[in-house]
Amino acid sequence: MQAETSATVAIIEAVNISKSFGPVPVLFSVSMDVRPGEVHALIGENGAGKSTLMKILSGFHDPTSGQIRLDGEKTDLPPNGAAEKLGIVLIHQELNLAEQMTVEENVFLGRELKNNGFLDRAAMGAAVQTYLDEIGLDIAPSDRISDLTMAQKQMVEIVKAVSRNARILIMDEPTAVLTEEETEVFFSQVGKLKESGVGVVFVSHKLNEVKAIADRVTILRDGQWIDTRSSDDLTPDAMAQMMVGRELSDLYPPMHEADVDADAVLSVTNLQAPGVDNVSFTLRKGEILGFSGLVGSGRTAVFEAICGLSPIESGNVKLFGKDATSITVAEARDAGLAYLTKDRKEKGLLLDKQMRPNLTLFALPKFVKNFAVDTKAEEGALQKAIRRFDVRARDAAITVGKLSGGNQQKLLLAKTMECEPKIVIIDEPTRGIDVGTKQQIYHFIAALAAEGVSVVVISSEMPEIIGICHRVIVMREGHITGVLTGDHINENEIMRYAAGLKREELH
Amino acid sequence: MTTASEEQGIKPAKRASVDLKTLGPAIALLILCIVGFMLNPAFISEGNLTNLLTRSAFIGIIAVGATFVITAGGIDLSVGSMAAAISGVMIIVMNNAIETMGTGIPTVLLGCGIAILLGIGAGWVNGALTTKGKIEAFIVTLGTMGIYRSLVTYFADGGTLSLNFDIRGTYRPVYYDSFMGLPFPVWVFIGVAICGWLLLNRTAFGRYCTAIGSNEAVAKYSAINVDRVKTLTYIIQGLCVSFATIIYVPRLGSASASTGVLWELEAIAAVIIGGTVLKGGYGRIGGTILGALILTTIGNILNFTDMISNYLNGTMQGLIIIVAVFLQRSDWKLGKSRKS
Repeated sequence: MQAETSATVAIIEAVNISKSFGPVPVLFSVSMDVRPGEVHALIGENGAGKSTLMKILSGFHDPTSGQIRLDGEKTDLPPNGAAEKLGIVLIHQELNLAEQMTVEENVFLGRELKNNGFLDRAAMGAAVQTYLDEIGLDIAPSDRISDLTMAQKQMVEIVKAVSRNARILIMDEPTAVLTEEETEVFFSQVGKLKESGVGVVFVSHKLNEVKAIADRVTILRDGQWIDTRSSDDLTPDAMAQMMVGRELSDLYPPMHEADVDADAVLSVTNLQAPGVDNVSFTLRKGEILGFSGLVGSGRTAVFEAICGLSPIESGNVKLFGKDATSITVAEARDAGLAYLTKDRKEKGLLLDKQMRPNLTLFALPKFVKNFAVDTKAEEGALQKAIRRFDVRARDAAITVGKLSGGNQQKLLLAKTMECEPKIVIIDEPTRGIDVGTKQQIYHFIAALAAEGVSVVVISSEMPEIIGICHRVIVMREGHITGVLTGDHINENEIMRYAAGLKREELH
Repeated sequence: MTTASEEQGIKPAKRASVDLKTLGPAIALLILCIVGFMLNPAFISEGNLTNLLTRSAFIGIIAVGATFVITAGGIDLSVGSMAAAISGVMIIVMNNAIETMGTGIPTVLLGCGIAILLGIGAGWVNGALTTKGKIEAFIVTLGTMGIYRSLVTYFADGGTLSLNFDIRGTYRPVYYDSFMGLPFPVWVFIGVAICGWLLLNRTAFGRYCTAIGSNEAVAKYSAINVDRVKTLTYIIQGLCVSFATIIYVPRLGSASASTGVLWELEAIAAVIIGGTVLKGGYGRIGGTILGALILTTIGNILNFTDMISNYLNGTMQGLIIIVAVFLQRSDWKLGKSRKS
């Protein structure tokens, strides 16, 4: 098998690809090739450069240097998905289907078969039926996309790709949204694609799946190519080790020991909510508690439920010893509990407004004097926040959307802190911001904890979880799989719990 | 310290650097007035100006309410029908109260009280269906528009509901009398406009409306009770409709299926001409008032001149709306750009 595949010529080959966005380098001389009939997994931590590499392979990004070879010849891939014509199809994580249209209409969208100017529905239906039969998918061409399960939708995307004579199928975490049974169905269908000679590139954080389905594995770390190996030579544990293994610098502030006897400020028992399955934990005064796990493992859902942003189905939440199950966001805020969203552009800030209304929006009742908003007090708060959080803006009148990501994040932090919470939940505190700002935010979090504020840090970046948290809770598929303290907080341990290789029996 | 999003409308020229979006409606109104004066000097006679202001009061008051709804990202198409239905019920209630309460002021006050309750109730229905029922505002108010319109037709049995002649005598001054040289409807208009401006620009509620219209998810995550604020905007709209109805009923003393037809579109047009963004997030009460005045002035000028047929009133209004929005789209600014 090994000898056989290496003998075949790669369909697509990336040679010494480097990529920078502006001054920020993301990929450093990465090489990867995809052969016909193989499943090639691409793994690495968040921010390792997987998405960028996929986009370069499919023509959505241009490499800054290096070349792409298609069937052994140097090629410049056409931009914006036009590479589909060359047989290279990227399937995004957010599927690209028209929900209200049928399977048949979606598959032929943009290149409908016509007969004398009218749509030839019979021919299109028959063609789609053939594809569905080939791939063994039990749906009708006339089914509406919105009625399908996630796995079926994913398969329709694949049928769409196959119908366009795809030779390379690049999939971004296709199994992230699938249940286990759906994943099995999905894998058996990927197997059929393989037999027909399609090369599949597959990104996943689920290392067991990678082991099961991939022929070869390429590992990226911090934009560097680490290794490409046959999956037979790798165990999931070995993969995890290769993905991580970087040293922590003084990016992180010195860790103060948390007082293990401090009062519990937040205790959650048997919480059930959408995406959350039987979660129990306690948060102490002055503690920095990390929540780790894969994207979609329920970390955000837990805290959205606790803070009143989504409904609680059952379970119990105690805030400072008082029952606080199913409180509203405003009640949570008044009780001293604040949630800082990871989605600062969509849920955190009003991008078309200036800094002042954004800063005070969360704590606005504090600024009301004689039924009116006290703009002088607001202005004072803004000046203070700009100094305290080092927010840099050209002038105070620019809209928040024009600030850099780091300054937006600092403003969002300032907005959340404006109500002086005693417990603050920070979801992805450093997503998409530069190292300097990261460091500022870590020091700020440490200083808060030293003042006696309890901080929950939800993060997909393991180094920051390890660098700043006193205790780490790992989640997977809606429930807690492990609680780590002290020396046990390391990337291997977290990865094992997060990937489902290890599970702590809780109570 | 004051910013573009705060200090709009009423005194647009306060800053050194201003832009066309803020000043546009004021300039347009000024140009219209000059055109009106040149076509017929009688345009600026006291009688005509008073008449113009009184006429614009109905649409203007309703448009102040519409500014809140639109700023918070909603829309209310039912206001014209709501005004008709409220007029109808008011007249029926007052006519029936004659036997017990006579034809004096108490009966008129009863009618006004009923109008206010109905306005609040109708607004609440629109708001609750939009927020709790999670139906799009356009659909909800399209539905209630039809319901209210057919109700008034039903109450009037296809004809006209007329207010008792004696009550009409008592009620008449509300539309026809003046205080300090200005007719009462104009005073109501001014009062509603000032309250609306303060509410939108100076209170937390106004800030919440803007935040919701700008991005509902951000508002939710900022501890704002989105459903309650949105429902309140519809209630404010209903209240404004009741005020407009209260000053409208004594004008004709009747209500029929054709009462308040197309008022919703005129109110929305006034709001948009005034610079409020139709998709929400940015509202200007001052602009809305100018918008209402512009719409009324066009009709007034056409009445004054033979150059364009009065029947083309709608055409002129339509053109003005399109031009106004076009000017707001393109970022033509005098001086430095200040807002999004």
